[in-house]
Amino acid sequence: MIHKLTLQDHATQPHTVRGAGQDVGRSCILVSIGGKNIMLDCGMHMGYNDDRRFPDFSYITQNGRLTEFLDCVIISHFHLDHCGALPFMSEMVGYDGPIYMTHPTKAICPILLEDFRKITVDKKGETNFFTSQMIKDCMKKVVPLNLHQTVQVDDELEIKAYYAGHVLGAAMVHIKVGSESVVYTGDYNMTPDRHLGAAWIDKCRPDLLISESTYATTIRDSKRCRERDFLKKVHESIERGGKVLIPVFALGRAQELCILLETFWERMNLKAPIYFSTGLTEKANHYYKLFITWTNQKIRKTFVQRNMFEFKHIKAFDRSYADNPGPMVVFATPGMLHAGQSLQIFKKWAGNEKNMVIMPGYCVQGTIGHKILNGQRKLEMEGRSTLDVKLQVEYMSFSAHADAKGIMQLIRMAEPRNMLLVHGEAVKMEFLKGKIEQEFSIDCHMPANGETVAVTTNPSVPVDISLNLLKREMALGGPLPDPKKPRTMHGTLIMKENSLKLVSSEQALKELGLNEHQLRFTCRVQLQDPHSDSDTLHRIYTHLKSVLKGYTIQHLPDGTVMVESIVIKVSSCAEDANTKVLLLSWSYQDEDLGSFLSTLLKKGLPSGLC
Amino acid sequence: MAAHLKKRVYEEFSRVVQITHEEAPAKKLRLSKPSKSAALHIDLCKATNSTDALQYLLHFARKPVEVESVEGVVRILLEHYYKETDNSVRLKIASLLGLLSKTQGFSPDCIVDDAINTLNNEKSHQVLAQLLDTLLVIGTQLPESPTVRLRLIQMACKHLSDTYFGVRNKCLKLLGCLGTVDAPLTKDNEGAGTSLGDVRDVQTIISDYFGDQDPRVRTAALKAMLQLHERGMKIHEIIYDQACRLLTDDYEQVRSAAVQMVWVLSQLYPESIVPIPSSNEEIRLVDDAFGKISHMVSDGSWMVRVQAAKTLGSMLQVSPHFLEQTLDKKLMSDLRRKRTAHERAKELFTSGEFSSGRKWADDAPKEKLDRNTVYLIASGACGAFVHGLEDEMFEVRIAAVDALSKLARSSPSFAEKCLDFLVDMFNDEIEEVRLQSIHVLREISTHITLREDQLDTVLAVLEDSSRDIREALHELICYTNVSTKECVQLALLELLKNLNKYPTDRNSVWKCLKFLGSRHPTLVLPLVPELLSTHPYFDTPEPDMDDPAYIAVLVLVFNAAKSCPTMPALFSDHTFRHYAYLRDSLSHLVPPLRLPGNGLDLVDSRCSSGSVESAQLFLQQSLNRVSTIQNLEAPGAQELLNFTIRDLQRLGELQMELAGAADFCATYLRCQLLLMKALQEKLWNMAVPLCLKQNVTATAAAQQILEETYKLEFLYGGLESRQVATIHHVRLQAKALQLVLTARTRQGLDPLISSCEKFLQDIESFQRLFLAELPHLQDSFVDTLLELMPRLSSCKPVEMVKILQTTLRQSGLLQLRLPEQIHRATATIIEPTGESDNPLRFTTGLVVALDIDATLEHVQDPQNTVKVQVLYPDGQSHVIHPKPGDFRKPAPDRHRLITQVYLSHTAWTEPSQIEVRLLLAYSSSSTTSLSAPKLGWSDSVDGLQSPEAAVEGTIPFSKPVKVYIMPKPARR
Repeated sequence: MIHKLTLQDHATQPHTVRGAGQDVGRSCILVSIGGKNIMLDCGMHMGYNDDRRFPDFSYITQNGRLTEFLDCVIISHFHLDHCGALPFMSEMVGYDGPIYMTHPTKAICPILLEDFRKITVDKKGETNFFTSQMIKDCMKKVVPLNLHQTVQVDDELEIKAYYAGHVLGAAMVHIKVGSESVVYTGDYNMTPDRHLGAAWIDKCRPDLLISESTYATTIRDSKRCRERDFLKKVHESIERGGKVLIPVFALGRAQELCILLETFWERMNLKAPIYFSTGLTEKANHYYKLFITWTNQKIRKTFVQRNMFEFKHIKAFDRSYADNPGPMVVFATPGMLHAGQSLQIFKKWAGNEKNMVIMPGYCVQGTIGHKILNGQRKLEMEGRSTLDVKLQVEYMSFSAHADAKGIMQLIRMAEPRNMLLVHGEAVKMEFLKGKIEQEFSIDCHMPANGETVAVTTNPSVPVDISLNLLKREMALGGPLPDPKKPRTMHGTLIMKENSLKLVSSEQALKELGLNEHQLRFTCRVQLQDPHSDSDTLHRIYTHLKSVLKGYTIQHLPDGTVMVESIVIKVSSCAEDANTKVLLLSWSYQDEDLGSFLSTLLKKGLPSGLC
Repeated sequence: MAAHLKKRVYEEFSRVVQITHEEAPAKKLRLSKPSKSAALHIDLCKATNSTDALQYLLHFARKPVEVESVEGVVRILLEHYYKETDNSVRLKIASLLGLLSKTQGFSPDCIVDDAINTLNNEKSHQVLAQLLDTLLVIGTQLPESPTVRLRLIQMACKHLSDTYFGVRNKCLKLLGCLGTVDAPLTKDNEGAGTSLGDVRDVQTIISDYFGDQDPRVRTAALKAMLQLHERGMKIHEIIYDQACRLLTDDYEQVRSAAVQMVWVLSQLYPESIVPIPSSNEEIRLVDDAFGKISHMVSDGSWMVRVQAAKTLGSMLQVSPHFLEQTLDKKLMSDLRRKRTAHERAKELFTSGEFSSGRKWADDAPKEKLDRNTVYLIASGACGAFVHGLEDEMFEVRIAAVDALSKLARSSPSFAEKCLDFLVDMFNDEIEEVRLQSIHVLREISTHITLREDQLDTVLAVLEDSSRDIREALHELICYTNVSTKECVQLALLELLKNLNKYPTDRNSVWKCLKFLGSRHPTLVLPLVPELLSTHPYFDTPEPDMDDPAYIAVLVLVFNAAKSCPTMPALFSDHTFRHYAYLRDSLSHLVPPLRLPGNGLDLVDSRCSSGSVESAQLFLQQSLNRVSTIQNLEAPGAQELLNFTIRDLQRLGELQMELAGAADFCATYLRCQLLLMKALQEKLWNMAVPLCLKQNVTATAAAQQILEETYKLEFLYGGLESRQVATIHHVRLQAKALQLVLTARTRQGLDPLISSCEKFLQDIESFQRLFLAELPHLQDSFVDTLLELMPRLSSCKPVEMVKILQTTLRQSGLLQLRLPEQIHRATATIIEPTGESDNPLRFTTGLVVALDIDATLEHVQDPQNTVKVQVLYPDGQSHVIHPKPGDFRKPAPDRHRLITQVYLSHTAWTEPSQIEVRLLLAYSSSSTTSLSAPKLGWSDSVDGLQSPEAAVEGTIPFSKPVKVYIMPKPARR
């Protein structure tokens, strides 16, 4: 029911995700990152009317309050499948921590929640549901976010919102704790439309990218083509004198289509009326007018002359207009023709073949919208009456989700190290997963509901380096560090009170109050050499001299040869005068040279030496 | 402030006025500016702290320095530089050095040593960067000196390893601007292990910094490399890989520069072969680059996207296979068949594993695909234009449309393919983009034939409420080929619908049908009975001749009939009558037709009157004939001129191509005629008081000649310097005439002296302006005057007038040589038409907006020259300057002015007409400034300003249109 995702670093911190795994409907993801627990979205399932519609919050904490477990809640946008369970969670289950969402989401979300509450409580008569007051209380806990503003939730946890373009105010969030980070996309759209821009994120290289995958197997045709078709169909129908019904949901696509038709009417000088069924919409349009900065380039740039959401041609709809003669276009809710005004109008107009219905989005099985899209021409209505569907039925997908190509594009933009797909159908996600793994060679996960995924991160550990040491190393090497060539340096790593320090060994000794110990290796090498000890020594000296060029080699009067700081002595073996025993001694620092010398001398001396 | 005052005082002291001797003419006056160096030195010495010094320097930088004192100033600055401890002052001095070395005429090689010296001793990074900048300026000023250049490059190489990014930036810039390919450089880098004196060339040095840690330095390195390319150096092919790597840089400016770099290399080595990573195939470099740049069209930064989209348009060598993928967002597969737009819609649904989102439930997963055939992103070029065309930023969309047009022009098959996408763009939300895509479609329309469904989409835009869009579309239809008769019918229907909805489009629609008819005669033929609604048995009612829609149909039919001789047989009687009428009233739309049978031979006499060549010949002959004028007696000469002028005028009317030239000649000859008449007057022999009346006509003639010369000079385009000299010559003659007349009529010497001086100045400026043309002006009025110049400038006014009078009368007509191309600027006011009987009513004291729509032909720079004049019945006139945005440019040499003028007036008792006309403003200074060389940094040209005061004026160049207006008194 709730699904879990765990992001693991070396310290194996679980990172949980709950909610909308391989399912479109209810998003709720729990992420544990660097010891912080964050809830991403708190959605509900529209298909259920019982407990199943909300996520099972008891799964998170077996007992105890959510506030103790969760550090914050982030809501990506105002659709109910992303924020519908919010008052339930915060007021009825109990959560007092901060809830983050963008300004438009904060404005529009309560309207939708209230509407939803009205339908469930007032119409269906359910009890044990959140009240208006609870919605208000819940909204008081909301902290608004601005785009690209980094908000410090606490000392370690910071979040930053990016534009997602799905609906007004939709945002992607970048969550960062220390060096670990997660990006959650919510729903997003990579192709700009008539009222919103395209999603954008900078190259933030998160450890994990959690992306929706509603259209994992779709590559949509050019948007313009669809728009043109849509306008052409509407225009033709109007010219014939027909009526066009467009069932929509109150927010989101409806506004895009309104703008599309409005500008088309303006450009073409058309006179036929366009109606929009009232209610929610007017309030929503009001917010669209206010949050101009969240819309696309055209609207942002022209709003000084005229706000695009102040429609000239689109008027409020009244029930009686449906019977008016002549052409008209009506936007009516709800979008799947399952109830309400859109269904009423549909019944009235279905009999005339001049009329048209355009379905702009997804229809759930069982709804009239689904039936007519599958070509059913005779519908059974309640009370055993049948309805002949003579009007034209068109399907125009204007859904604002990223298609497969868009998802890939976002991955390319953000360059994540791991990928996680949610909010989609398992079969389609499987396909996309394959693509991602092949294309970017990164790990891709697709957890089922309630499943926990652990993602291993490879965090970088910051270490302080002492300036003296750095300068000393600089003096040895060139003037500039070359990023292409890593350089080794000697130093001592001190781990002390959660901080790491790299200092020179002398300083380390001093700091820790330790004495320096010398470590010397000694080694005996047997050598067959008929000469006297001193001659052998001299032979060794000349041999080394010829082999090791560029090293200081000394023949000391006390019968030793010094190569740098390595001492070589010769003594004869007690049993056999021809067998000479060489004594090599070197300190730990000269290990490389010392072992080289020992192997060299083990091979014996070349015969040609004098 | 005190310092400032002192400086003023100092300046006044140092003003040198050359006092001329008494006998020398007092006109020559030379001003010498105070020496800058002295002033600066004093200022800098006075400065007690660095802030003061900086203030002085800033103040100093505002004024230009003349060439002679530059070196002195530089010395003072350098001297101060060594003493100065403050970084900001040193920085300013360094920048001033650069600025000074740019002074025209100053050769900065003398300060190279000093500059390099300062560079070696400088510690501050900012100042170092500025000094390098100065060196760059010096280097660019001395392009001829390889030793200096080499030294500078060595300096740059030395400082490349600086830790401050600014210094590295400037070094790279310097290398880019000055680096040479022929001389390999020795990079002597002390300290580093690589300092074995390895010989490396500029490109390697620069490309090393492609991997710098600072993005600004990376960008600078790329820019430097591009600069090398611009200077004509061949960039090595190895750079390609490095540049490609930078395409994935984190910073947008690096990516943007990298796109350019990759593009440059793709143009240099299009045919090289590069391997595809992760497979063992190889492709051409240009294709590889094309794929990579296509990739950038979906970049995160819109600047890069614009850059990439623009660049794609110029990669014409790319293989068609790759090119076509840019329009195909879907997956590549070898088995994919070529699709037409008709099939496209269906194929989109059925072909693939991905749903299109246009049909319900088509994304139900089908069979599992072979992984190897399916790419989402790595397929590079795939769908680049599809992405570009639906980008969020309209800048990217426009760039993509432009690129499409460029590529389509070079590849017909691609043109065919991109058609659907361009048509889709007709629906863009930004008008600019819509307009651009219509224009582009027009440009490539030679390659394509529109099918019915495409035409349908195109024509849907005819209902657009924007006039620009509609007219662009009309233009497009003019050039479009269609395939079937249904298409022609469809186009006609839509155009008539358009005409009905927007009656103002009348002319444009007719013109469009003219071309449609003449392009598709065979397609129109089967439609004729239907179009003319004729019937084999019954007579149909005669249509209304004034109906614009009917005229539109007739225009289509007649133009088709021109190349389809069988068509007239289908006409009914009234059609012939209408033809005759339209041929006369709309001769530019209705072609001459050879109509058969019953004596109704309507072949027009006008079209048979010979070709352009013969007209040209006639024009030349007329001019030659005029040149014989010297040999004729006065009355004969005048008559000849009169006839020639008449001939030329008629010729201009008949032959549109030569209208400009003929008019030009006629106007010129008219000037000559006037001059001749004025000089032939008997008045010259009479005493002054007796000939006052004749004097008036001569004065008027002189005035008229002056006006005509301005018309000649500014109304005609395509004049060469030779003709301008001739025109100025006539003007000079007219001025001489004026001077003589003044001398005769006016009393008093003072005004005469000044006008004499002015005249002398005129001669001088003439000489200065047309020095090159003087050899052609042998034995002319000016020639004689210039010979007499020493005498003229010293003699008394009265004597001068006498000389002028005789030279004027002796001077003959200057032969006019016709330029190759000459066009008369014309303007036609399309709206208001002046036909309305309904007065425009408005309340007194308020304004009413009058829409003006006019076409301007052959007007250069209309934004500055074209004005609208409104003339009220009471003689009041207003001149209105239209906004620059009101001018559109639909075609070369043609502009369209669509603007609104605001009218207002006090109350009238009844409606009356006002006149609206267009004026062409001119200013004689505009020609002088064109011929005078542009002076550089120094703004001390005010001393050189031509003594001839700029004459400004306006020439009406359109027929006035009357508008009926009625200001009502305000109601109380």
